[in-house]
Amino acid sequence: MSRKTPIFLILLMLFSLVLAACVNGAEPTAPGDEPAPTTDEVAEVEGDGDAEELVEVSAPPPPVPNAEAASAYSGAQIRYYGDSVGLGAQIDDLLAEQFSADTGIQVTVIRKPQDATENYATYQRFFQARSGDVDVMMLDVIWPAAFAPHLVDLAPELGEAAQAHFETIVENNTVDGRLIAMPWFGDFGMLYYRTDLLEKYGFAGPPATWQELTEMAQTIQDGERNDGNAQFVGFVWQGAAYEGLTCNALEWVASNGGGRFIDGDQVTIMNPEAIATLELAQSWVGTISPQGVTGYREEDARQAFQGGNAAFMRNWPYAYAAGRQDDSPIRDVFAVAPLPSAEGQERVGTVGGWQLGVSAYSQNQEAAIEFVRYMTSPEVQTWRASVGSYVPTIVDISDDPAVLEAIPFLEQFQDVVRVTRPSSETGANYNEASTAIFQSVNRILLGGNVEQTLGQAEQRLQGLLIQ
Amino acid sequence: MSQQVAGSKAIARVTTPARNALTQSQERLAWIFLAPTLAVVAFVAVYPLIQTIWLSLTNARLGSVQPAAFVGLHNYRMLFQDIFFRDAVWITVIFTFITVFFEFVLGLIIALVINSNFKGRGPMRAAMLIPWAIPTVISAQMWKWMYNDIFGVFNDLLVTRLGILERPLAFVAANQTLALFSIAAVDIWKTTPFIALLLLAGLQVIPGDIYEAADVDGANKIQQFFSITLPLLRPAILVALIFRTLDSLRVFDVFYVMFGARPDMQTMAVYAQQYLVNFSNLGYGSAICVVIFLIIAIFVGVYVNVFKVEEA
Repeated sequence: MSRKTPIFLILLMLFSLVLAACVNGAEPTAPGDEPAPTTDEVAEVEGDGDAEELVEVSAPPPPVPNAEAASAYSGAQIRYYGDSVGLGAQIDDLLAEQFSADTGIQVTVIRKPQDATENYATYQRFFQARSGDVDVMMLDVIWPAAFAPHLVDLAPELGEAAQAHFETIVENNTVDGRLIAMPWFGDFGMLYYRTDLLEKYGFAGPPATWQELTEMAQTIQDGERNDGNAQFVGFVWQGAAYEGLTCNALEWVASNGGGRFIDGDQVTIMNPEAIATLELAQSWVGTISPQGVTGYREEDARQAFQGGNAAFMRNWPYAYAAGRQDDSPIRDVFAVAPLPSAEGQERVGTVGGWQLGVSAYSQNQEAAIEFVRYMTSPEVQTWRASVGSYVPTIVDISDDPAVLEAIPFLEQFQDVVRVTRPSSETGANYNEASTAIFQSVNRILLGGNVEQTLGQAEQRLQGLLIQ
Repeated sequence: MSQQVAGSKAIARVTTPARNALTQSQERLAWIFLAPTLAVVAFVAVYPLIQTIWLSLTNARLGSVQPAAFVGLHNYRMLFQDIFFRDAVWITVIFTFITVFFEFVLGLIIALVINSNFKGRGPMRAAMLIPWAIPTVISAQMWKWMYNDIFGVFNDLLVTRLGILERPLAFVAANQTLALFSIAAVDIWKTTPFIALLLLAGLQVIPGDIYEAADVDGANKIQQFFSITLPLLRPAILVALIFRTLDSLRVFDVFYVMFGARPDMQTMAVYAQQYLVNFSNLGYGSAICVVIFLIIAIFVGVYVNVFKVEEA
């Protein structure tokens, strides 16, 4: 025993360290311990990260409408968790600068994690630690139910302004009678297509059914590859195992009459319509979509489409402004349409969209609310629509000429059914439910048996419903 | 140090009572010297271990308004039915076998080469360490781009320049087998230098006169390798293998960067992270960690007993 003892002791220590490292990730690291990034650092990150993404924002951001009243909080410092990359991040910086200049409230913009699942976990750790290190935060449309206890009721200050926004979004953001977030911009899935290629191959317009899309994409892909572009693909979308795939899959299933995974208190992911539509999606991988699409996110799809290497793309509205930029190779040869559906079914789009909320643990709630007031004001929403094609959430400015010029497609989406992800049915378990969905669909896309995989997903989801 | 303590105990038993007082005071002194170390170990290792085991028996959740409740072995019962965890264990073990095998073979060859005398040996040794010196998140992202099916350098070489393949290959977004070998290549590229370094240290303590004697006796190079180098290298080999096996079994970063939450390419550590961080499910996540701990314990037990570590 005497000779073995030291070795066993060392091994025990090693194990324990392994275990400790394992659990460390879960400990709510007090964010207060980390030095907050200064504005300089933030600016630098942006400059290095996306030099090629930077675009000319033609118009300066609008001045703060109630600058005088908001100046009462001059000198306050707030931290804002804003958009992570690209155009959205750049616009955030400009708006924060404008706001600081007009009111004297210092806004530090911090990039939120790009992945929605990670973003959710980050906020949850802030809330768990009751941290005052974040004041204003971007919130996904699926989060209000889970985060409501940790967010300030905005109704006393912004309730009046909220009445101008679309009622459904305000309802979504109202939990137990408290308005916990202001609508900021709307999002929905849509089909981007190349007008020049449709014309070249003799198609009259964008496809109305998934079957049509499959055939058109195949024809165009074959033709373009014969003409020498070996990289050309028919249809790109978001197939990686992440939140975006839940959105894509919801559109396929709902537009085939297969429900929305969880309806009411029932798990409905397993049904013939869902199986049929997922089998179709499975058949796209390696035919009209590249094998790599099972690892694509929004930007991967956009780069393929904007680079002129794809005939169709499923994406959010932001890709419209990006595609219309001066240096875009497809600037004048693409358009958008509602996503196809199955024969006889309604056309759908997954509801996305982001809200702005104020943390209940913020030290500067008044100043933070003023920032939210500015960011969600009609002036800023109009400006964001014109420079970034962000869809406004205010009813009246949806037909403002400046907005219509930037987002001419809004009108054709009026009849599209907006489907929501099952977040209210799963509450704090939403992340787990969505992971169960996107992992199953990803497995199917990689060639897994559809029925068997959906059966597993069904089992996983059963345990996650709010009782 | 505990060996000394145990040794002094053994001496105490056979010596006369007159010497006993001295031995006892020495023993006490030894414990006093050991105390700070034991306290640190208890704080950084034993405490988290017990905390994790305790959490694994509760339904604790981050951000939950309800306090955690004791649920007994419920989490473990769920875990043994969890086919996704079974997949994660499987993929991790296969990954470990592939990477440790190739890293060992390549590392040994490299160590033998740089142990011999040739011009520019110094710069060569330094250059060899570069893959090991790059942080894994960065090298993994780098490889992910090189593997890309649209703009990756491998596809550019294989399809456009050499014409070996008809169509670009999606290395990372491909079927499980190709994806697994793609990621194993990254880990092998990164960690072979580490093994080579450990083995090089082992090679350098083998005295040169043994080889001279072997030459005199007429043993050829291959006989020398199997009869002298390998047996004398055994301690270094075992240290290297244990280190790498433990590292591989808890691999996280390279998989996380390259595959994210892809269901058929999650390692045990990625799976644990998903429950602990993304789902805030401390109870189940801790149960996963404890099982990972036990699996690693089995591997180490095998190494200790089959390869007789204590004799090495």
